[in-house]
Amino acid sequence: MALASDPPKAGFRLSMLIYDTRFRSITIQIVVLLLFLAGLVWLLNNAYVNLEAKGKDFNFSFLWTRAGYDLAQTLIPYSNDDTHLRALVIGLLNTLLVSFLGCILATVLGTIIGVLRLSQNWLVARIMTVYVETFRNIPLLLWILLMGTILAETRPVPKDFRLTEAMKAAGEEPKASMWFFDSVAVTNRGTNLPAPAFDHSLGVVDIGWNLPVSLNALAILAVMSASFWGWRRFIARAKAVQEATGTRPTTWWPSLLILFAPISALLYGLGFHLDYPQITRFDFTGGFQMLHSFTALLIALTLYTAAFIAEIVRAGIQAISKGQTEAAYALGLRPGRTMSLVILPQALRVIVPPLISQFLNLTKNSSLAIAVSYMDLRGTLGGITLNQTGRELECMMLMMGIYLTISLTISSLMNLYNKSIKLKER
Amino acid sequence: MKKSVFFGSVALAALVAGAASASTLDDVKARGQLICGSNPGLTGFAAPDANGVYQGFDVAVCKAVAAAVLGDPMKVKYVPLTGETRFTALASGEVDVLVRNSTWTFSRDTELALDFVAVNYYDGQGFMVNKSLGVSSAKELDGATICVQTGTTTEMNLADFFKANNMTYTPVNIADDAEGQQKFAAGACDSYTTDASGLASSRATLPNAADIVILPEIISKEPLGPVVRHGDNNWGDIVRWSFYALVAAEEYGVTKANLEEVAATTQNPEIRRLLGLEGDMGKKIGLDNDFAKRAILASGNYGEVFEANIGASTSIGLARGLNAQWTQGGLMYAPPFR
Repeated sequence: MALASDPPKAGFRLSMLIYDTRFRSITIQIVVLLLFLAGLVWLLNNAYVNLEAKGKDFNFSFLWTRAGYDLAQTLIPYSNDDTHLRALVIGLLNTLLVSFLGCILATVLGTIIGVLRLSQNWLVARIMTVYVETFRNIPLLLWILLMGTILAETRPVPKDFRLTEAMKAAGEEPKASMWFFDSVAVTNRGTNLPAPAFDHSLGVVDIGWNLPVSLNALAILAVMSASFWGWRRFIARAKAVQEATGTRPTTWWPSLLILFAPISALLYGLGFHLDYPQITRFDFTGGFQMLHSFTALLIALTLYTAAFIAEIVRAGIQAISKGQTEAAYALGLRPGRTMSLVILPQALRVIVPPLISQFLNLTKNSSLAIAVSYMDLRGTLGGITLNQTGRELECMMLMMGIYLTISLTISSLMNLYNKSIKLKER
Repeated sequence: MKKSVFFGSVALAALVAGAASASTLDDVKARGQLICGSNPGLTGFAAPDANGVYQGFDVAVCKAVAAAVLGDPMKVKYVPLTGETRFTALASGEVDVLVRNSTWTFSRDTELALDFVAVNYYDGQGFMVNKSLGVSSAKELDGATICVQTGTTTEMNLADFFKANNMTYTPVNIADDAEGQQKFAAGACDSYTTDASGLASSRATLPNAADIVILPEIISKEPLGPVVRHGDNNWGDIVRWSFYALVAAEEYGVTKANLEEVAATTQNPEIRRLLGLEGDMGKKIGLDNDFAKRAILASGNYGEVFEANIGASTSIGLARGLNAQWTQGGLMYAPPFR
């Protein structure tokens, strides 16, 4: 009796690549891979051939040539004699600044709105619904333009703040006035705030690449952290004494002394005072000016992203079973404490992953900054530098690479945070 | 086998890419339409009229080229471009010719791989301020906030001017002229700087034009002209000589109105060559001999185009100045049609 189940001894045939299920999936994958590679090569080759046809090469040496253009509001010193590379860094820092502040503000605002949207108070909950639906259903660019227009059109021009001799003689008041005891002026160009200044400044040190670091700030930071550390030690000792003897030594005035005496002495020694903005010929000078281009972009990004974050927070809270709330109530916790101690910590696990993508969105959306003339990475590298040097491909690829790096960094940091708050199973 | 298919596709890609930019003239003829990069809105130079048709001093050059090549000045598609996007659009082949107040500079001519074929307006950069500011010279602008179009030579000249005079300023980088006018009108900047012709045009559109002065300083040379891509020299010649036909026509007194009459009666060999009655001028650039005639008929000679769009009788009110014929002390000088 012959066994019918002898495996066929036939050798490998080419048609088996298609008809044999053992090989078919591999065949398909290889074909797709080859097609993908061919597409990639086609694109690269196309770019190469077209660059060749135009007589253009591909290199980044333009980054080390003189930029020749000026920028308003830079975080590190910059002049038109600096290189395109430094202009790139200025833009990058501006992007990071507005994204960083935007992420923080949007998270705070979004959480508040998301919680309030679930409020028992009918009116509050409805107002928050209206907010969320309005902001997330209108394109961000329009919000940015609207904020820019509101700030530029509703605030007075700088010269309205001026009090001329003729007006004094006639007993007239200037058309616009400053706020907070003449310390803050909001014009149609920017917000002018008092800035800290020192009579006996310690000066600045250049840490290389023309990056000045204020020694005053360093000294203040050092003294404050030393005070804080000393105060922690003092409180720890008071606690130890209390545990040993049963009586707690007086802590309030030594605490105040440790925390505030050294810093006051330092500030006095440095001759600390506030430098108030003053109206001069064209605009306010002195103090610190925050241009509306930044403010408008920050407000628009914050309000827009907060609407999305509010929905994420609401979803996160509603994902927590009602039993948790009821259990907390049964233990006698009030609604506010139930939310902050029981619900939110659990909801965070649901909230954080989609929150990451909102942070990424906000960062990428900040590239709309040119709408209000804020000079971010897109404005410097992708705008003026690209245009003045004619290096479209290089600038675009560099810019894409930088945004990709920023996004991946944010997402890996947030993933670390996500891991730290994950449900710990023991 | 896979390998040969692979190399085949690469070679095909190279061929396709190469064929795409064979000849701009053939492309335009096949398309039956000239694609002209223009200003999105600069009154007098390039702006849509009430019917949505682009009109203006720069637009007239596009019309002349379209008339010369296709026989109809209306066969033009205008692509509005900002200061930032214009050269990329031209380099990528999105437009055939760029006539958008673009300054001829060394680096644009070489590094950007572009050809400035002629100068249709000799300009210079100026500043515009509100009278109430009490400024009478650009040298008094120390500390001012200044609106400037991003991606322009203006931006660089501004930096150079303030540096040379040891002054500081706050730049507001705006995307196009409309935004600049709006910011300036709202008082978001003390001064708006661009080419003097652009300032005159902007001022004409502002509601309080009488309160605005253009400061006397001209801080740069801005030769503005039509631009084409490097590498297609015949197309460059077509645009260049279509434009020079307008300039030569003014010099010889040929206008839109008297063209037919002049053509019938003139014995001047230069005019006869210009109008295609003698010689084979048009054939040499791949067109017919009437090309210059059609270019002139499109919207008149250079002087007529100037007066109709930006001249003293219009709201923009620019004087001929440097842009007068060389016989009148200006710089407009067409090389001989010979």
